[in-house]
Formats: sequence, structure tokens, C-alpha cells
Amino acid sequence: MTAVPPATAELQPADTRGGPWLRLRGDWRLRTGLPAVSDVLKDLPDPAAGKVLRFADDGLDGWDTGLTAFLLGCTDVLEAGGWQADFSELPAGVQRLMELARAVPENAEAHRTGIEPNWLARLGLAALNLVAIGGAMLEFLGELALSFVRLITGRARMRARDLWFQMQQCGADALPIVLLINVLVGMILAFVGVVQLQQFGAAIFVANLVALAMLREMGVLMTGIIISGRTGASFAAQLGAMQANEEVDAFRSFGIPPMDFLVLPRVLALVFMMPLLTIFADAIGILGGMLVGAAMMDLSMRAYWNQTLMSATMGHFMLGVGKSFVFGGLIALCGCYQGIRCGRNAQAVGQATTRAVVAAITSLIVADAVFAVLCNELGI
Amino acid sequence: MSDQPSRIDLRGVELAYGSYVVMRDINASIRRGEVFVIMGGSGCGKSTLLRAMIGLMPPAQGEIRYDGELLFSADRTPDDLARRFGVLFQGGALWSSMTLAENIALPLEQYTRLKPAEIRQVVRHKLALVGLKGFEDYRPAEISGGMKKRAGLARAMALDPEILFFDEPSAGLDPLSSRRLDELILQLRDVLGTTVVVVTHELESIFAIADTALFLNAQTRTPTALGNPHELLKHSTEPAVRAFLTRGESSHETPAP
Ligand SMILES: Nc1ncnc2c1ncn2[C@@H]1O[C@H](COP(=O)(O)OP(=O)(O)OP(=O)(O)O)[C@@H](O)[C@H]1O
Ligand SMILES: [Mg+2]
Repeated sequence: MTAVPPATAELQPADTRGGPWLRLRGDWRLRTGLPAVSDVLKDLPDPAAGKVLRFADDGLDGWDTGLTAFLLGCTDVLEAGGWQADFSELPAGVQRLMELARAVPENAEAHRTGIEPNWLARLGLAALNLVAIGGAMLEFLGELALSFVRLITGRARMRARDLWFQMQQCGADALPIVLLINVLVGMILAFVGVVQLQQFGAAIFVANLVALAMLREMGVLMTGIIISGRTGASFAAQLGAMQANEEVDAFRSFGIPPMDFLVLPRVLALVFMMPLLTIFADAIGILGGMLVGAAMMDLSMRAYWNQTLMSATMGHFMLGVGKSFVFGGLIALCGCYQGIRCGRNAQAVGQATTRAVVAAITSLIVADAVFAVLCNELGI
Repeated sequence: MSDQPSRIDLRGVELAYGSYVVMRDINASIRRGEVFVIMGGSGCGKSTLLRAMIGLMPPAQGEIRYDGELLFSADRTPDDLARRFGVLFQGGALWSSMTLAENIALPLEQYTRLKPAEIRQVVRHKLALVGLKGFEDYRPAEISGGMKKRAGLARAMALDPEILFFDEPSAGLDPLSSRRLDELILQLRDVLGTTVVVVTHELESIFAIADTALFLNAQTRTPTALGNPHELLKHSTEPAVRAFLTRGESSHETPAP
């Protein structure tokens, strides 16, 4: 293969045939590399002879988009400086492509201003953004409240079919993973408990520890975290994809409020299903604790079970179940809010999903802390 | 003609995304049983205008009235008027978790007291109208782009709405299907008295169906022509409109986009 001469462009002052000139030589193809526009046009000749730069074919070996892209770049620079570009001596094909490229003038307003704001401006923008997000959340909650009112008065456009389907999705279908995680948590609690309590000869109290921990905290919290990652994320992704595809707008165009049709069944389903899942979680957690505890302490199952019954009161159980209603609502709200407000592209759907999970887990922990303080004050 | 009451009134409508104004000063009134075409180059704001007209996006300024009633007002959401609309979105916007039959059946279930068997009957008929008989149990992901468009059309017509909005119904269709679609639009107008608002840039279609056409000029960001397309072609002096209606073949200073 013979070496092709690289693309070169040389500025020349005006001569008898006119000018000034930009002489193009060599192979102007993308794959061979191109000179930078700014280098080539660094020192434009004295404009005394007129502000027209003529481009000349001074031995082009070949060209493709590389050349036309370079020429378009030159035109932009030249026009900014009040110059004109004259391509009339270039090959006819190049001229036609350049004509097409310049046929529709640039949309001046379409440019996104790329000015980087300084830190003060950024702080201000962030604060305004926060206010906007707060407003949007309030709006979402308000619309959901209206939707509930419609539901109670029997005017909500929600199909029972959708509610059942969602209940199955976030209830029955989630049960295996909820059981698995919670039996493990019960076992771990018992294991750690036995090791510590045996030192004081109080190993039997591990039954109290497991029962209280599962009923009050761990059962509902672990379930909440699993459901955030599983169901909260899926709510956000489903609604986000529907938003991206204009499906949500299509509901609106039929006068069917997306709140009634899409959000309400999901929120209701999760609020109803979380307590059920939590009860299963509590039971399997205590069972797991019993297996490990009884085995490690050489105790009969019956003795462990009696100790559990003595410590686990209805109050503890109800506290966990009460929390689960709140947690279910929070997870569904985070998921649906992010989904409904999702932008119209694939990246936005991914973001909505991530945000939904992070927001759900954070709000669970915060709500749990609030419950802890309240219980302490009320002596539950 | 002009003594007929107008069904839709646009008064000084301005459309904007944030501070980016897409179109301003849109004025038009659309009569009952009229085929009204919104035309203009790509990206000039046709879909945006349609979104405003169906209440998905409040206009930055001006008002939109249906039979004299404001679309956006404090005491009523656009939803109440929306049930009189049928909309075909540019991308079809079929509900992807449902089959075609379910897509068309949903509005019927919501707004009529038809029994399931009757709904099936209607669905079959609507699909047949757009040449999709037998595709009831397909999901949107399993059909082609043009078929999605047609299924969206069938869904828009499900409730025999008073006003139909079509965003580029014939984009992606072959010439024959596109002819049949024009035919269908004219039938809807003549038989059912439906008002049809169509966004399109298919010249052939425009001349075949439009009673009135509104031309949105992307350069000036205002509508620059309103009238029957045949009249506009004969009498308009506006170069952008002439270029559009003749594919830029009559005037060489404005190349076709
Ligand atoms: N969500 C949005 N945010 C900001 N700008 C937008 C948004 N959607 C559209 N635009 C802008 O509004 C203008 C009009 O868009 P629109 O979709 O209405 O065009 P159109 O006339 O329907 O074009 P086409 O014929 O190609 O469908 C475009 O310039 C586009 O950049
Ligand atoms: Mg469009």
C-alpha cells in the first residue's frame, strides 16, 4: 500500500486570480485524520483585498464527510468574523453537499446556553429546585387524596381486576423471598443472642429477644426493605416506561385520571399486602429463632415456645403490623411518584427506579425512628 | 357556512416549554363536522399544539374553548371535556401491557354499559375499519410501527367521539393504507358528523381531506396561513406556504426542508 499524503490546508494571500485562498491537498477522509479548523484559520490574511476566502482543490486525493465537516466548521468561524466562504472551485459533489447543509439556517434560539453558573447561582438553583420538588410532591399527594375521595364516593375509575392483579404481584409473588430473608434474620438473632446470653446463664431469654425483635422491628423493617427493592422499583419502572411511551397521556386523553387507574390500585394493594407479609415474616422469623435457639441450648421446643408466648404480647405484634401499613403506603408512594414524574427517555426510567428505592428505604428508616420515639413516649 | 357554531376556538394561543416559545398568536375556529389540518415543517410545534388542544399542557397564553367552554378553567379539569375526544398520539401510545382488543375495550368498559360480548363485537368492527381484523390478541410489542398507528386510530375511534385528534395518522403507512385512511376520515366526517383535527405533512392527504388548513411557520413562530389548501395554493402570496404546498418546486429561494 502506498502511503497517502495527509490532509493539509494552506492559507495563501490573494494573487492575480483572486483570493485570498485556502488550498486543500491530500487525503481528506475521516479515517486518516483532519487538521483542526482553528489551526488552519489561525492567521487569516489581510482583509484589504475583500473578505472572501476562496477554497481551492490543490490536489485532493479523496474526500468524504471529513472534508465537508471541516468546511462547515470553517464556514462557522469565517462567518463569525464577517468573512464569506467561496467553494466554487471545489469538486461539484462537495459544493452540493455544502449547499444542502446550509439550506436551513441555524435555529438561533435552539442553542442551549452552556454557561456554567457560579457556586452562588448553583446554590440558588438547587434551592429553587428543592422548592419545586416539594411543590410537585404536594401536588401528587393532593391528587391522590382527591382520588381516594372519588374511591370512597364510588366514582374512581379503578378496575377491581387491576387491584387483584397488583395484590397478587406485590403480595403472593413476594412471599417466598420475604420468608427466606426473615427466617435467616430470626436465626441470626437467635445465634447472636444465645452466644451473648449464655455468658450470664440467661440463655432462655433469647426467646424473648427474638420474639420482641421480630415483632416490633425486624419483621416489618426487613419486609419493607425487600418490598422497596422489589415492588417499589417495579412500580417506578412500570409507570416510568408508560410515561415515556405517552401511555399515561393516553389515559388522560380518555378522561381517565392516571391517579385513579394506575396509582390507586398500586397504593391500595401494597397497603393491604404489607401487613399480611409482615405477619408471615414475624411467624417465620420466630420459627427460625426457635430452631437455632432450641438446638444450641439443648432445650425442648416446647420450653422455648412457652417462653416466647410469655414475652410476645399483643401490643408488640400490633405495633409491627401498624407500622407495616405506614411502610406499605410509603413504598407505594415513592414508587408511583417517581414513575409518574419520569421523563421521556430510557435513562429517566432508570433514574426514577433508583430514586424510588433510595427514597423508599430512607423514608422507612425515618418513619421507624419516629415510631421508636413515639413508642418510648407513650410507653408501648 | 360561517353561521354554523364553532366547535373549537383558539384565541391568541401561545405555546412554550419553559421560556422557549414554540408558537405564538394562534387564532382559529373549527366548525362542527370539519376536517381541520395542522401543517408545517418538522419540529414547528404541531404535536405541541395538539397536546394543548386535548388538555395535556396548558397554553402559556390565550384560551382554548370547546363550544364556548374554556378547556382550562379553575372549576373543572380538562378530564371532563376529554371524554368527548378521541386521540391518536404520534407514537401510537398503545397501553403496552394490554392486547389490542383490551386497548380498545377499556374506554368502552369505562364509559358504556355494554356487555362483554357486545364490546368484543365493537372491538372487532373498529379493528376491521383500520384493516387489523384478527389481531385482537396481539400485544403492541408484537406488531409493526404502521400497525401500531392503525391500532391507535381504532382506539381513538372506540367511543365514536365528537372530536378526533390524529397526530400524523399516515406516517409510516404504505400509499394504499394511507388512501384508505383518508377515505375513513372523510366517512367519519360525513356519516357521523365528527370534527377531525389532523396533524400531517402528507401533501396528498392535505389536499384530499382538509376543509381548512392551518400552516405553522417555524421561522416566524406564528401561523402564517389559514384556509382551504386549494385556495391557499392558488392565492397565497406567502412564500413559505407556497413552498410547503408545492414541495418547494415553484419557488427556488426556499428549499424544501
Ligand atoms: N418536552 C419538551 N421540552 C422542551 N422542548 C420540547 C419538548 N417537546 C418538544 N419540544 C420542542 O418543541 C418544538 C415543537 O415540537 P413538536 O413535537 O410539537 O414538533 P412537531 O411539529 O410535532 O414536529 P414533527 O412533525 O417532527 O412531529 C421542537 O422544537 C422541540 O424541540
Ligand atoms: Mg409531531
